[in-house]
Amino acid sequence: MSPTELPQGLSAADFLPLERRDHAQGISRPSRSYWQDAWARLRRNRRALASLWIIVGLLAFALVGPALWRVDPARQDIDQISQGPLADRSATVVAPYAAWNGQAAAGYENGSGLRLAQAGNSQAVRLIWDAVPEASALRLYRNIFPVEADMAFGLPIAEFASGAAGFYEDRLDLRPGTYHYSLVALNADRSLSTRYEVLEVEVARVITLDEVRARALVPETTVLAEGDAVNLALHPLGTDYLGRDMLARLMAGARVSLFIGIVAPVLYVLLGVLYGSTAGFLGGRVDQWMMRFADFVVALPFLLFMILFQVVFGIGPGESGIAPMLAALVLLAWPATARLVRGQILQIRHQAYISASRLLGAPDWYLVLRHMIPNTLGVILVTLTFAVPSAIFTEAFLSFIGMGVAPPTASWGSMSNEGLATMLTHPHELIFPALFISITVLAFNLLGDGLRDALDARMRSLE
Amino acid sequence: MPHSHSSDDSFARSAARPLALFGGAAVLALVLLMFLLDFLAGLASAGGAGTATGVDVERQEITVYLREEPPQLNSMLATDAVSGMVLGHVMEGLLRYDENSQIVPGLAERWEINGTRAVFHLRENARWSNGEPITAADFEYAWKTALDPATASQYAFIFYAIKNAEAANTGSLPVSEVGVRALDARTLEVELEQPVAYFDKLVAFVTYLPVSAAFHRQMGERYGADADTMLYSGPFMLTSWVHGASLRMERNPHYWDQDRVRLNAINAAYITSDSNTLLNLYKDGRIVQVDLSAEMLEGAMQQRWHLDRFMDGSVFFIDFNHRPERVTRNLNLRQAMQLAQNSNELVDRVIKLPGYLPAKSLFPVWLQGVERPLREEYPAPEAPYDVALAREYLERARQELGLTQFPPLVLLADTSPVATISSQYYQEVFKRNLGLDIIIDAQTFQQRLAKMDAGDFDIVLSGWGPDYNDPLTFADLYASWNLNNRGRFASERVDALVRQAQSSTDNAARMAAFGEIQQILFDEVALIGNYERGRVYATDPRVKGILRRVFGAEVDYTNAYIEVAP
Amino acid sequence: MWQYTLKRILQGIITVWFIATATFLAMHNVPGDPLSGGRAISPEIRANLEARYGLDKPLGEQYLQYLGNLLRGDFGISFTQQNRQVNDIIREHFPVSATLGILAVLFAALGGVLWGALTALYRNRLPDTVIMFLVILGISVPSFVFAALGQLALVNVNALLGVSLLPVAGWGGVGHMILPAQVLGMGTMAYLTRLMRSSMLEIMHSDYIRTARAKGLPPARIFTRHQLRNAILPVITVLGPAIAAITTGGFVVELVFAIPGLGRYFVQAVQQLDYTVIMGTTVFYGAFLVGMVIVVDLLYGWIDPRVRLQ
Repeated sequence: MSPTELPQGLSAADFLPLERRDHAQGISRPSRSYWQDAWARLRRNRRALASLWIIVGLLAFALVGPALWRVDPARQDIDQISQGPLADRSATVVAPYAAWNGQAAAGYENGSGLRLAQAGNSQAVRLIWDAVPEASALRLYRNIFPVEADMAFGLPIAEFASGAAGFYEDRLDLRPGTYHYSLVALNADRSLSTRYEVLEVEVARVITLDEVRARALVPETTVLAEGDAVNLALHPLGTDYLGRDMLARLMAGARVSLFIGIVAPVLYVLLGVLYGSTAGFLGGRVDQWMMRFADFVVALPFLLFMILFQVVFGIGPGESGIAPMLAALVLLAWPATARLVRGQILQIRHQAYISASRLLGAPDWYLVLRHMIPNTLGVILVTLTFAVPSAIFTEAFLSFIGMGVAPPTASWGSMSNEGLATMLTHPHELIFPALFISITVLAFNLLGDGLRDALDARMRSLE
Repeated sequence: MPHSHSSDDSFARSAARPLALFGGAAVLALVLLMFLLDFLAGLASAGGAGTATGVDVERQEITVYLREEPPQLNSMLATDAVSGMVLGHVMEGLLRYDENSQIVPGLAERWEINGTRAVFHLRENARWSNGEPITAADFEYAWKTALDPATASQYAFIFYAIKNAEAANTGSLPVSEVGVRALDARTLEVELEQPVAYFDKLVAFVTYLPVSAAFHRQMGERYGADADTMLYSGPFMLTSWVHGASLRMERNPHYWDQDRVRLNAINAAYITSDSNTLLNLYKDGRIVQVDLSAEMLEGAMQQRWHLDRFMDGSVFFIDFNHRPERVTRNLNLRQAMQLAQNSNELVDRVIKLPGYLPAKSLFPVWLQGVERPLREEYPAPEAPYDVALAREYLERARQELGLTQFPPLVLLADTSPVATISSQYYQEVFKRNLGLDIIIDAQTFQQRLAKMDAGDFDIVLSGWGPDYNDPLTFADLYASWNLNNRGRFASERVDALVRQAQSSTDNAARMAAFGEIQQILFDEVALIGNYERGRVYATDPRVKGILRRVFGAEVDYTNAYIEVAP
Repeated sequence: MWQYTLKRILQGIITVWFIATATFLAMHNVPGDPLSGGRAISPEIRANLEARYGLDKPLGEQYLQYLGNLLRGDFGISFTQQNRQVNDIIREHFPVSATLGILAVLFAALGGVLWGALTALYRNRLPDTVIMFLVILGISVPSFVFAALGQLALVNVNALLGVSLLPVAGWGGVGHMILPAQVLGMGTMAYLTRLMRSSMLEIMHSDYIRTARAKGLPPARIFTRHQLRNAILPVITVLGPAIAAITTGGFVVELVFAIPGLGRYFVQAVQQLDYTVIMGTTVFYGAFLVGMVIVVDLLYGWIDPRVRLQ
């Protein structure tokens, strides 16, 4: 306001405010602000409080975790692929792998039929066999059970065009344990005959010296000889299908999932608040048009447009795909908040205290900032809390249909989706990320309930 | 809030009865509604999978699945494997492949190929599924229609060996000038641009299938869109096609070689590529065969299933961008990358599915040479896995390119599961062994191809499947004029060798050319082989004679039969 | 009333136009194109294909043509299934999605009301605890995990019983619908149960219930006539959006259970950049959604006389 000429008889002194008197009326109890009151109510709600702590814990897991567990989530431990949590990780040091010409090693020269050419280990299982009479071809199988009457030989590993003596080196995904090899004679039409030889092989986990050094499994100074035992890298929650550390990936995934889950709602709620309060405050024709536009956006089929926008924005080379997802979420999800805030503002606009404040000469911005926004903040906060689970679910859903974050970026959604493939044999790859999603979603839901009860008497549920 | 618990209790008890009634009514209503919806849905479409079991001994039927819905069954437009699989059952052309991928007579009882002239003699008893005879004119019509620029068939190039075919396809000559002519109802004469050693193998390809001219004209755009908008020449015919849900193929009574067919019907009752769902369907006895992923093998062994493996003939490799502005144009860089990786590790440790083979060459192991397999006659040169040497090459490349540091390389890959795994694997390998930063650009199949066409990549995980049983189907991939050579590799010697292999009819000379191409591609590191794709599958023990093949239907049930336990 | 309906319908039409335009613009900014295939095509053939789909015309002209076709209800020909009309695709596959969606919504609504009422009646006792635990599961587990686990459980039950209780996947019979509908409706049912529970509790302590009790109405009558009926109202409010979300959000279930619904086609079309199918499906679903909301709003006004339509 610009200073104007004062009417006669009045001086500037007449307009000075009165002296502030703090104790005009005595209040015997300490006064509690709205927020103090809400906090006290929230604290009495054990479920909400527990959820709050869980959320703090999850944030710490995402933000502080990687500083404590310093394992690169992209690092592939080829020796330990799809390893369960707390699995045995001892290995024996052996000589580097060398190509093999079918000769039996010392101590393995004798024997007949299907036999080992040297001790089996996770580097290779080397098999030799004598000629099988009357076989037109041979097929080598590997199983984790002995062959029984049902002739279930297991995995077909290799096929040989004649029944002659031969050798084969099996290097396919050897894990420590017992394998049962069978060499089956084939009939002329390539069908299995009933003649087969079996061999049981114990496979021990081994590692070469070079690999020990390259993976820094022991301190540089340690002297190692062949036959020594070393421990492979520790993976407390196991590894995934590429041998990447689950714990590190869950932490990295937490960053992505929580980032999308929290930042996207914050952004679109903010956008919604701005839009809604502008519309509500301006009112009239502008409000009509603004809300009409919001109605259009609401009418868009959410998931369809989510997918569509993912494609339109595209994921460029090396990008994680977080930005397009964030953009799509914000673009599509803001109108709900905008409507809500507008409704609140419209309601508040006609409240007596607003009129009083206006009468006292409060400028518009002051009304909005001092009265309207704070009075809608409770509703906004509750909306925000409930928006987090749906954003996290949306991310997971997009990952499931293959439109989520780009590899090698991890998110809980993409990890769950990858875990589905190995659900039966390595359930930990599904259970951990799915559990994290569930816990997060649940915590935010319960916190939302608690906040609603604590902040907004009108929305309070009767639980 | 204070309540009196006792009054609540009695209230709850008394309210439980209406609630139970409500619950019962709700369930009843739902069941009724389900039947109603089922009835209504039945009116809208012609029913679906039903609850048939995998093997129906009584009716001699089997139930199978399709990975996806065939886009259409118009043989002139078909490009994908699933359409190929269905067409392989319901259609037969002049020639076909037998169980050993050898050419055998189909609708043509005999044929002669002399230099640039080929003549096919059709069987007298070749009939469409409506009983009308299949004539040479049906072939002439199909081939010319496929070549017509207005048809815009993506596989029209497969006819380019025929005289004037390419000119007609690009619109510079009318289609009537194409060198294919029905001499009479049962004789088809083909004129070739130049002698083609493998023309008989081309003729077995899907695009060469016949189409009844009258019927096609009558159907117009709808041809091949539904079961009743096609005529069939194969051992089976499509009797129902519920889009997205199921296809049913029944024995074709007009097929000439009835002895080949032992099943009455094949139900493709499930269309899905979700491998867990397929596994569950197989476990539940709903389908007769299922492909297994590496993760499922342990479970399959525990179930004591009988497993088989098969190589589908395609090769996957890292392809480079040879366009001028790209660092991958530098041979030393490519050499470094070749030395720094080991495809054995990818196959044995990461993909870990038996049936996959490490790819050592553009030419897969199954291709036939003069007498023995091509790869035995011309062994693929192999690069050692030698990280130290690789780093030397990298250093040389760096100096040649005048770089202080390599820029990050863009690795283009599609979003299929194996491509996703492989791309992440290679990203780490090149980072670990060469210190190269690899940026993965994961795109859908379509977008990957579009980006390859645009040259928008440094290296790409690519693959190639054969169209016909001759090494040329792979060899011409790196010819400089080939549009599929999307990295723009160019070598005059390779071009000359490809031309020689195309026009020569001397088998030994052709194989020698392929051997030399293999060597040049290795020396120039035009590609780094990843794997030859394989499949491991479990089959219902009651069903015998299912073929897995590289050419024609990838799963062929034509000769399958149900073996009833004694 | 009629004026209101008319106004809503008019607004709906404008909304659909908005959706159509948004989709059109989105599709024409996608990198890549639907014409690429495994085998490269010559420029001549590409030109022919582009002409066939009208991609060679300027964008403005394409847009006008597209709108014109929309007005006539013609969505064009699919790019991947070159001889199928998008209209046919929608006509054949939408009923499947809708069937599944309707069942899932009804399952969710009936289940939600039933469980919600039960938990309210047996508040803080065993049934409440058990049901609320299941509700929590329903709210917090992603649907694709549910779908996969549900299917797996069914296979094992079938194997255990030695007979096929329900089909594992596929479409065609009543049996095929049960599990997918349950999985699809799970989240909504959990949500509705919570809603019903709090709404029941609120009403339990309202004045008119107290009055009804005081005047000696039998409890069963109070329950059915006063409590249940009033508690259901908020459930009905959220039903409209729920139907829309479920019918258009069945992708996961359709993928896992091999159901030939429109959702699966949409995902496939997006992956193959099948422009016409994407645009057709989006516009169709958009129109469906808009229509659904209007119907539900009108219905709500009819059920609850307190709501006045303006």
